[in-house]
Formats: sequence, C-alpha cells, structure tokens
Amino acid sequence: MAESNVTTIDGNEAAAYIAFRVNEVCAIYPITPSSTMAELADQWASEGKTNLWGNIPDVVEMQSEAGAAGTVHGSLQGGALTTTFTASQGLMLMIPNMYKIAGELTCCVIHVAARALATQGLSIFGDQQDVMAVLPTGFAQLASSSVQEAHDMALIAQTATLESRIPFIHFFDGFRTSHEVNKVFLIPNDVIRAMIDDDLVFAHRRRALNPDNPFMRGTAQNPDVYFQARETVNRFYAATPAIVEGAMNRFGELTGRHYKLFDYFGAPDAERVIVIMGSGADTARETVEYLAARGEKVGVVQVHLFRPFSTEHMFAAIPTSVRALSVLDRTKEPGGVGEPMYLDVVTSFSEALADGTLPMQAMPKITGGRYGLSSKEFTPAMVKAVLDELKKDKPKNHYTVGINDDVAHTSLTYDSSFNTEPDTVFRAMFYGLGADGTVGANKNTIKIIGEDPEFYAQGYFVYDSKKSGSQTVSHVRFGPDPIRSTYLIQTANFVGCHQFNFIEKMDVLEYAAPGATFLLNTPGEADTVWDRLPRTVQDQIIGKKLKVYVIDAARVARDTGMGTRTNTIMQTCFFAISGVLPRDKAIEKIKASIRKTYGKKGDEIVQKNFEAVDHTLAHLHELKIPERATSEIELRPVVPPEAPDFVKSVTAMMMAGKGDSLPVSAIPVDGTFPSGTTKWEKRNIAQFVPVWEPEICIQCGNCSFVCPHGVIRSKLYNKDRLEAAPGAFKSAPIDARGFPDTRYTLQIYVEDCTGCSLCVEVCPAKSKEEAGKKAINMSWKEPVVEPERENVAFFETLPVNERSRVDFSTVRGAQFLEPMFEFSGACAGCGETPYVKLVSQLFGDRMMVANATGCSSIYGGNLPTTPWTVNSEGRGPSWSNSLFEDNAEFGLGMRLAADRHMYMAHMLLSDLSSQIGTVLVQELLSAPQRTESEIRKQRDRVAALKEKLQEIKLPAARHLASVADHLVRRSIWIIGGDGWAYDIGSSGVDHVLSTGRDVNLLVLDTEVYSNTGGQASKSTPIGAVAKFANAGKSVGKKDMALQAISYGNVYVARVAMGANPQQTLLALREAETYRGPSLVLAYSHCIAHGINMQTGLDQQSRAVQSGYWPLIRYNPDVRASGENPFVLDSPRPTLKLRDYTDNELRYRMLSRTNPKGVDRLMAMAQEAIDRKWKLYEEMAALG
Amino acid sequence: MDLATTYLGLHLKHPIVASASPLSRTLDGIKRMEDAGASAIVMFSLFEEQIRNENESFEYMMEAGTDQFAESLTYFPAVEDYRVGPEPYLELIRKATEATDVPIIASLNGITKSGWTDYAKDMADAGAKAIELNVYYIPASIHVSGADVEQRYLDVVGAVKSAVEIPVSVKLSPFFSSTGDMARRLVEAGADGLVLFNRFYQPDFDLDELEVIPDLELSSASEIRLPLLWIAVLHGRLQCSLAATRGVQSGTEVIKYVMAGADAVMTTSSLLRNGVGHMKTLLDGVTGWMERRGYESIEQMKGSMSQQKVGDPAAFERANYIKVLQSYKSPYVEWLGHAPARTRP
Repeated sequence: MAESNVTTIDGNEAAAYIAFRVNEVCAIYPITPSSTMAELADQWASEGKTNLWGNIPDVVEMQSEAGAAGTVHGSLQGGALTTTFTASQGLMLMIPNMYKIAGELTCCVIHVAARALATQGLSIFGDQQDVMAVLPTGFAQLASSSVQEAHDMALIAQTATLESRIPFIHFFDGFRTSHEVNKVFLIPNDVIRAMIDDDLVFAHRRRALNPDNPFMRGTAQNPDVYFQARETVNRFYAATPAIVEGAMNRFGELTGRHYKLFDYFGAPDAERVIVIMGSGADTARETVEYLAARGEKVGVVQVHLFRPFSTEHMFAAIPTSVRALSVLDRTKEPGGVGEPMYLDVVTSFSEALADGTLPMQAMPKITGGRYGLSSKEFTPAMVKAVLDELKKDKPKNHYTVGINDDVAHTSLTYDSSFNTEPDTVFRAMFYGLGADGTVGANKNTIKIIGEDPEFYAQGYFVYDSKKSGSQTVSHVRFGPDPIRSTYLIQTANFVGCHQFNFIEKMDVLEYAAPGATFLLNTPGEADTVWDRLPRTVQDQIIGKKLKVYVIDAARVARDTGMGTRTNTIMQTCFFAISGVLPRDKAIEKIKASIRKTYGKKGDEIVQKNFEAVDHTLAHLHELKIPERATSEIELRPVVPPEAPDFVKSVTAMMMAGKGDSLPVSAIPVDGTFPSGTTKWEKRNIAQFVPVWEPEICIQCGNCSFVCPHGVIRSKLYNKDRLEAAPGAFKSAPIDARGFPDTRYTLQIYVEDCTGCSLCVEVCPAKSKEEAGKKAINMSWKEPVVEPERENVAFFETLPVNERSRVDFSTVRGAQFLEPMFEFSGACAGCGETPYVKLVSQLFGDRMMVANATGCSSIYGGNLPTTPWTVNSEGRGPSWSNSLFEDNAEFGLGMRLAADRHMYMAHMLLSDLSSQIGTVLVQELLSAPQRTESEIRKQRDRVAALKEKLQEIKLPAARHLASVADHLVRRSIWIIGGDGWAYDIGSSGVDHVLSTGRDVNLLVLDTEVYSNTGGQASKSTPIGAVAKFANAGKSVGKKDMALQAISYGNVYVARVAMGANPQQTLLALREAETYRGPSLVLAYSHCIAHGINMQTGLDQQSRAVQSGYWPLIRYNPDVRASGENPFVLDSPRPTLKLRDYTDNELRYRMLSRTNPKGVDRLMAMAQEAIDRKWKLYEEMAALG
Repeated sequence: MDLATTYLGLHLKHPIVASASPLSRTLDGIKRMEDAGASAIVMFSLFEEQIRNENESFEYMMEAGTDQFAESLTYFPAVEDYRVGPEPYLELIRKATEATDVPIIASLNGITKSGWTDYAKDMADAGAKAIELNVYYIPASIHVSGADVEQRYLDVVGAVKSAVEIPVSVKLSPFFSSTGDMARRLVEAGADGLVLFNRFYQPDFDLDELEVIPDLELSSASEIRLPLLWIAVLHGRLQCSLAATRGVQSGTEVIKYVMAGADAVMTTSSLLRNGVGHMKTLLDGVTGWMERRGYESIEQMKGSMSQQKVGDPAAFERANYIKVLQSYKSPYVEWLGHAPARTRP
C-alpha cells in the first residue's frame, strides 16, 4: 500500500472516515465515547469535504439520540444513505426506531463505540452492554477489534447493508478502540468506490417514499397479518452471512487485509478454544499465539459478524479437535442462563448435536464467562486463566475474569505476572498532569514514530475522573509488527514521570521492567535528586537496576523562553534516551516535527524550540545509582487515620489507583455510597493559593460566595476561642458595631484550592498603601500550606454559626452558612459550582437533588470522592442521577414521593393525635416553615414526635415514624445543564413545569454541552462557534424564560452571579419559597467559552451589561398584591455585544472558521439582543 | 493654486494625509476618507506583537483543559490552521488599493526582525505604496541605554529597506537625546521619510478603582510645537521626506507645518473628533489662507519658515526657549479673549 495511505489515528476517526464517505446524511448527537465520530463528520462537512459521490453530507445535530434515530429513519425513508454515531444510553434511546428501520429492511449502518450502561452507576467506559441490549431489534452486528478493523469493517458493513437490506450496527469497544491511536492503512477512495455498488444505492433510492410512485409504509397491522409479516424477513437474514462473507472477500482482494465472519487463530489442532469479539479478541489472539508457539493446543475464534449468527461459519472456524470451549461476553444479563454470545454458541452446538451435524466427534465442554465490563482490563494473564480453566474436568461455568468475586465466587484466579509481549515491542509509560501537555506530546511522538515505515505504534491514554488537576497515564508502544496488545502496559521499558510530586504519592515504578529507563522531571540540581526520592522508589531503582535520567524541565523551559510549557522538553528527553530511534535520527525527527508545527509562525519560534531541544539535551543527566537505598521518605498515606472506615478501606484504594483489586464484597450492592468524601482527598493541585489580609478585609463575603470549590469559609466566634489558636491563625474584629467580643475569620482550605483566583478578582477591598494589594491575594502555596493546615484544623473546632441567626438575605450573611457541596473536581474557576454550592448552603439540610447527567453529575457524583456533603448535624443533600433525558421527571418523582409521605404523615398525625398529644400534633400540622427559625422549631417537634412514637405500640405509629422526616418541608432541586434543559430533557422540563408541583429547576447554562467537550445546544448563542456549529451558530438561543413565563404560574429567574450576586441570592430564595414550579437560569461561564477562567465573573458582568443576559425575576406570587410579576433587574445595556463577546474564543474563532460571516452573524446577534431588550422593557412596564 | 506635494516619492494632490487611526480599519472607512478629500491614507498599524499575542492566546484557549478528562479531550472544533495572521490586514490593503485612487500607506509595528521584514514584504506585495514604520518602543527597563534604543531603530530601518522596494518612512519618537542626529542616521540607514512624532501610550489612574487605565487622548492644537520645531530644524538638511503629525485641528496647523518644511501633514484626532468631513474644512482653511496671502503653491510655502529660512535661526534653539517663557505670561490674558479652545478645562 502506498506510503501516503498510512496514518496514525484513533478508532473513532477510522470509522468516521468511511462513514462520511459512504453516506449522504448524518444525524448526530454527542455521547461519550462516540462523540468524536460526530464531531469529525460535522467538521469535514463544514470544511467542504465530500463523500464518494462528490456531495457534502448533510450533518445535522439533533436534540437527543431519539431525535437522531427518528431523523435517520426519515432520511432513509427519503432514500438518502444515512448514518449516525452513538453509544450506551444513546443507543438505548434509538431502540424504537431501530425496530422500525430493521422491520422495513432499510440499508443503514450505525457506528457504535460500545459502552457500559447506567445501572447501579453510570460508566462512560467500554464494554458491550449497549450493543447486546439491542440484539432483538433486528440490526445485524459487526464487531471490530482494532483501529484498523474499525476502519475496514465500517466499509464492509456499508457494503453488506446495501446488498442484504439488513441494517447494521458496526461496533468497536469504547475507549479501548475508539480512543486508541494506532497506525492505520487508510482505504483509498478507489477501493471504497469498488466496494459500493451504485446499483444497490439506486435500489435503496427506488424503495424510498416518492409522491411520483406513492405507497404506504408504516401501517398499523392487525392480528390477522402482523405475525406473518414479521416472518417475511427471514430470508433476508438468512442471506446476510454469505453477503458479509462476500464483502469481506472482495475487500481482501482489494486491500490485502482478509477477514472472515469467524476468524480463527492458534494451534490448528487446538483442544481448548476461546470465542470472543471486540478488542479482547486481539489480546486473546496474542495470548494463544504465544502459548501455541510453546506447544499448547489452544486457539481463539474471533467473532466479527455476531448477528445474524451463522452456525455454519462458526463451525467452519473451530478446529474439530476442540474438547473445551469458552465463550467470553463483555456484557451481563442478570438472571439469565448466560450472556448472549454464550447462548448462541451453546444453542448452535446443541442443535448440531441433536440433528447429527456436529463436526466434532464429541460435544465439547462449553462454558461462558464475563470480562471487561466498564473498560476493566483484559490481559493475556486472564486469557490464560480461561484456557487453563478449560483443562479441568469440570471447568467453572458462568465465571467472571478480571475481578475478585469473593461473594458469589464466580471469578477465575489469574497470574498477573504472566506476560506475552514480545521483546521487539518497546513499551513506555508516562505519568503526567492533564495540564502539562504530556498526552499531547505523546500523541505527537506516536505520529512521528508511527509514520516511519519501520515502525508500528500504539497509544492509549488513561485519565482520572477530575476536571481540574487531573492525572494522566500514557501507554505507548512501538514495534516492527502491528501492535495488537489491547491492554495497558504490564511491564515498561521506559517510565517517564513528568511531575515530581507523583513519586511521593503513587508507585510510578510499579510497572517498570528490570533494566528499564526512568526519566524523572524534577526541580533543582541533579546531584540532589537521589536524596529526595522516597525509600520505595530508591529500592525499586536499585532492585530493578533501572537507568535513571533527570531533568529540570521547568528551568529549561524558563531559560529558553518557553514559559511554563515543558512538554516539548520531556518529549525530547524521551527521544534522546529511549533508544527507540538512534539518538541523532530521533533529534532530527523531533526538529522536523517542530519545523512542521511552528514553521508558519516564524523562524524565531522555530529557533526558540530548537534551542529548547538543544538546551534539554545539555541539561539531561543520568543519575549515578548508589548500591543501597538511604532515603527515609515514605509515601504519604492516601487518607488520614481519622477518615471513616469505608473511606479508608474502599475509597482510599480507588484514590490510590488500586480500585481494581477491591473484591466484590467491598462494593455496595445497590450503588449507594457515603456523602462527603472529597474532604478526605487533599489534592493540593494549586501552586498559588489565596491568602487573607484581615486588616484590609471588609468582611463582605464576596470571595466566599463565588468560590467554586468551597474552600473559603467564614465564622464568627467569641474572642476567647482564640486562646487555643495556632500562632499563624488569622482573625479580625467583626466589622459591625455592638459586638466587641466577636471575632471574624476567613479561612482558606489551601489544600483543596484549585488556584482559580476568582476570589481575588471579586474582592472589592484594596490596600490604601499598595494599590495592587487586596484583602485576598494569590500567593505561592509552599510556604503557607503547613501553617494553613493547622489553621484549618483549628477553624473546624470553632462552632458553626447557628443557621437561624444568619441573615440569609445578603451575600455578607450567606458566607456563614455551611456549604454542603465542597472541593469538587470541577474545572478550576468553574462557573457552575458557585450556584450549586450556594443552593446547598441555603437549603442543603432539607434538600433532595435530581441531577441530570453532565458536568454537574460528574463533578458531583463521579467516584472515587464526591463533594455533596453533610453539615455539622449530619444532615445534607440527598443526591441522585437518573439519566440525561429524564431529570425533570426524576425530580418530579421525588416531589411526589415527598408530598405523598407528607400527606400520609399528616393523616397519621391526625389519627394518632390523642396518643401523641394534640398540641404537638397541631403545631406539627400548622407549622409555616417559611424561615430558618421556623424550620428549626419544626425539626425539634419532629424529634419530639419520634420519641413519643417509640412509646406507642400501634402499627400506625410505626408507619408514622417511617415518614415523620417528611414533616420538615423538603426542598426538591432539579439540577442540570443546558444540554439537558434546552435539548434532550426539554419536553420533560416543559411538562414538569406544567404540573404546578413544588420543584426547583436550576439550569447551569454554559450554552454548550460542556461535559462532552463543547457541542452546540439550543442554548448556544448566535455567532458562537462550538462543535457541531463550526461556522458559528446562526440561529438564536431559545428563550426558556419566556417559555416558562407563558404558563403564568411558574416562578422564573435569570441570574448571573458575576453581575449581581445579590439578585442571584434573592432569586434562589424566592424560587425555593414559591410553592409551585420554579425555573432559575444561571449564566455559567465555562472553559468551553475559551476564556481565561479567572475573568469568568467579569464576563458574566459584561454579558449582563451588554444586554445579552438580562437579569429577570417573574414571581407569580406578587400578582396577588396587584403588582407586575415581571421584574427586570438589570439596567439598560451600557456595552455593545462585542465588548462582551470579543473576550471569548468561542466568538473570536468565527473569524477563522467563518471569516465572511463574522460581521453578519454578530450584527444579527446584536439585533436579537436589542429586540429582546425592548420586549423585556415592555413586559417590565406592564402594570 | 497648486496644492500638490511629493511625499515619499508619491505625488499627492495636497499635503493633508489621513494618518493611522481606527478609521482605516474598514474599507468603508478608507473610502469615506478618500471621499472626504484625503490625499493619501496611512492604514492603522499592524502590530506584530498583537498578532503574536492573539496567536498565543488563541492557542492557549484552544488547548486549555484539553487531554484532561476522558469525555472532553477538546472543547473546540479543530481548525486546520488557526493562526491569526496578517491576512485580514493584507486583504484590506488589496481591497483599498483597488477601491481608491489615493496612495495607501501601510503602517507596521514589529517586534522581531522577521516580523518587520516578512510583514513589510507582505504589505508591499499586497499593493501598499509605501510603508510607515511605527517604531513604538518604551524602554521601561532602566538598564537599556539610549544607544541601544537608537540601534534598534536603525536596525529595523535597515532590515525593512533591504526587504522591500517601496518607500519606507519612520514614525519616530521625540525622546532622543539628539533628535537631529538620530534623524540623520535613520536617513542614512535608508529611511525615505520621517514622520514627526509618534505619540506614546501614557496611562492614567482610575481613582475609584485604584487602577492604572490605558487611555490615549486625542491630540490638541497645542501639541504641534514639538514637531513644528523639529521639522523646521530638519527641513533642507536631510535627503528625505518629512511628514508632520499631531495637533492638526484646522488649516492653521497645516500651514504652519508646511511652512516649517513638511511635505505632508497628517491628522487623526481632528477626524475622530469632528468626523471625516473635517478633511474638507482643513483643506478650505489652507486654500483660504493661501488665497488671502497670495500664495500660489504649496511648494512655494514649504519650508519658508524652516530654520534655514527664517531670519533668526537661533530662534529655534535656546532663544526659542527663553521666548516661550517670556511670552507665557502675556499671551495668557490674550488667550482668554482670542483662543477659547485653549482655555477650556
């Protein structure tokens, strides 16, 4: 194959490359891990790239996968070749249409990056639960095991669907294949051309709906014919395997890459055989080939076409020598006899045995097992364990492999030291921070080396679950042959640690092979490094005889004018010392790459990078390794000893990256986890943290109010408390008259701070002597971390300010309320979390949260640690996430349950009035619960009630005790982003608002799908560039406020904390007080806006000042007093829209993506604002 | 009456040129200035540093948060080449040269050698008739010597001249120890013209916010004195064109500058303050005065009050200084009655 056809891409791109070329319409919607396919299709369309027929496919984003599926169905019925890309819950939403598409024998391929389903917990990671859940729809299923296959099978699927008329799911494992970067031989256009028969395309069009040839399709059928009609399709399914086989054969002739419906690898006379599909098949192949070469009679059947299942082709693949067979399914069907592929295989064998067509002399033993759920590793050691188990007379059936099931004892044990990777493969692991560019540099390295004809290359990247300060581990392989190791590196020839502090908290050398090279980025002089290494690191270096190189990358970057960017420097080190390429050739290649990347930006930039390369080489030192370890530095404990048992035994394991070793018995059975675990994870991710200046501070509370991470806390206390304070503890007299003994402290939890500096930005108090100094200023953390740790410990001993005595109505007062949402893993400076935290402060102790899937459910609910926590009394928000699309309904359900139980409690109180006491009952029933002190009193009454009920030995009393908590008014909050509220959950939101029930909807409006990487939603404004809106959104943002106002009985507010925190506070309190549905739309600046997050609040303010985001409140309650319920809280615009938008990359990008349309779109946007403002003014003027 | 003049070898129908300003940011603005009568138009400055900053910020924002979280490995659509380069500027030159009949002079502020030369070449290729080097440099470091600053100017001129064929002028700072010597050396380095003088950003304080704020006030007529002095001194002594800029509010300042020896007189503030139509007012002021005084041509007037031509050349030197001090008091009263514009708060 020509050199130009070789590239290094990931599985998503490999599949999308084909899908784009063989389709005319793509209906898309983002969902991990498939989003990239849709993004690329949209991008290519916007760039004017064409399909096989010279047309630019029409790529349309829909409001949900259900919408996408409907559109696909319609477009297919219209005769266009149509596709979509999805995964997991997205595929679940497509099911109804999939039945239709298949039932109507429609040519179509849906490309799926297969992913786990949300059950006891959501998982974004890969397995095959989703595709297995749609088996009954009638779609054929074609599986790919590698990036190359994702490319090839995409085309084979398209060829086969056109000929067979059976729609196909083409799937590959999410992340493992969708995100793996590997060397791929691209299929030339003439091969694609040869694979697609235009006569079949014409036939597809002829079958389309056409008024010139009208017919009916989609009729309602009665008992007389439906059944027969359902059976008409059988011959099409029967013909499909041969059609796919034909397509594979033709493809093989054209490309030299040969596939079968069932491929077999291993010993020709194998006695033990595994049947498997997806990425695990490549690992199984690698393992059996290793074992077969060593004389073991083992083999693997790799399934490509799973449905329609061809027994004939399966038997053709399995050696007749087989004595034991194990079928591995990457899915789980609780309560079933076995998983789907196992059942198909067993049935095939049983039927063949029964009718005498079994090719083997005897029926082999057949077992089935589960593996790899949610990207659980599947390694050669596990494959060997399965094969070893088959040696037994009675091998374990319905087993699991890869976990330790110490409850049902399903799991096979395996020898994790078993390794099949050939010595010819160079294996490198890199530990980095998300923000330090390690992953990007490695992707570049893979490109550089992978495009060398002598090498194959593979890269897979593991990220942690935080959006700020996240750690990454890159697994990179190079070798002379195609790399099929679809598992993480088990032993590495090279380990790069790009952050020195990692070696103090994790075992970065765990996977280093004996004699491996270890590259450590470390500040300071090389000759001091050894003494700064922890004992375990020294032991491993000596024990494994590692070669150790050190570099102070930050210093090299500084000295060569590279700023803080160290990725090129670390990449250069790798090229220099890894030995993958000869050193001179390696450096030449990295320089060529620099020239390619920076050439257009001027020779100075190129030279600066060259200088950095040369400087790097001069400052890269090999450490002389002493014979003995001398260090007394130990790895830090993951959590402190005072942490709860669960946190110590389970959470800490996950935090340390050892969650894989947790047994089944350690995990809660129903997805229930304790609240408030982020407090045990002191992440220390900020280099700079705020420092309080008591003398300058005016105690306004703004910094605490806006802190996205809940790290700024305030307390008032008696001065006597200070006697026990540490020396560095800061305190100031309260800034109010009449309290001479009261002191005030603003405490910063520096170990939890992300360093976003929003607090400094918002601080209004400045030093009189030094204009640049505020009451809170960013400072280098190192010197303050120890004293502040002590200060925090002391601060926590100070009594919490009594809620009933705090003024909830002011920003100043709100700082004294305990946040029950703290230290989340959201982006540093997140624009959403300040609202979430504020709601938790105001209502947290009686709050239930329904959280739509998205950023807020991830930073709010992604293990290992979660930020929703409890107050000093042990009360706090009860939180749950159902789905993306159903959140409003989910929250309504919570309201209905709360109301039902409250009514039940009221009824039982009345029934038991004489036993309980009429006074208490009357007080309980008539408590207004409007203010915090009233709620406090009600809590006391409920406590008294519970005591009384213990004495009443009646069944009704037990019932009442079980629902007595509901006598304290519950606050139901339905929280999510604009992707939920404006798009996928829109109809649910609308309906819930229409019910009149007392729920509070908080929409954290970032104007894009932030969590999946910034795709446009119906909230995306005109002129903003987003994924799926590459040329700038040309349609205006939906005005949800006006929609909700149209009901007349919905409380509606639009807020922006950065513009008017007091209005935000007022609106949230009014919303909660209102005894009907409330909708609060909160402007949330976001990293996806392309802003310096430090300026997020200022951007909020500009959004309001320009009239783009008018602050409003619509309170139906005030109608009763004859007032206008609509209040416009923001003044007339004082800025032009562009004074706001020009600060954001999402708008500035327009000049690159749509230079001709910039002025037109921005003029449209300004016009829309002017129009809306006029309307709002008119509404506000109505009496 | 012949108002024609030659500036940087370009034939201009009269000496009043629109200098670099926001008005030239759009083709429409350029056309309006031509329609209003500008004899040449200096485009707004292309700042290499700004392009670099924009590129860097673009790149930074594109990369911020990427490769950190498995669901959102990027936040923006991939753009093949997201370099924010000089292309829009060059495109504007192309369009402006096509759409107008007056010479379009590009203005450039570089920070690197390749920035100066590459962009200058691009500007010439795009059709600019000349390039004005807007050497805008504030040596805030207390360790940079005057000689270093001067060399920087000379190097820039040399580099650009070696890169382009079209005329090159230098808009220079008034803050050299010896302005005349510096002017001479710039001409020797290849400058075809000098523009006197550049106005530098001088920040103000916001007393409410206690912050330093960027602010550039429009020039006033009182500011013509410094350029007037140096044009008068340099006229006739250097083999280059001279342009005056600063403080032009009426025909009076234009006349003064021409009489001092300016080949072209540039204005921005008056157009920003009064609208593009003010160009005609300036021209009418010049022609009216020339008519009243019986001048026939600009060339006749040009340099007539330069240092070489006035009766008392020392008037431009120390005597001038003394005279200013002496006249400071007496005209003050007079200003109240006759120059109200000068006395407005």
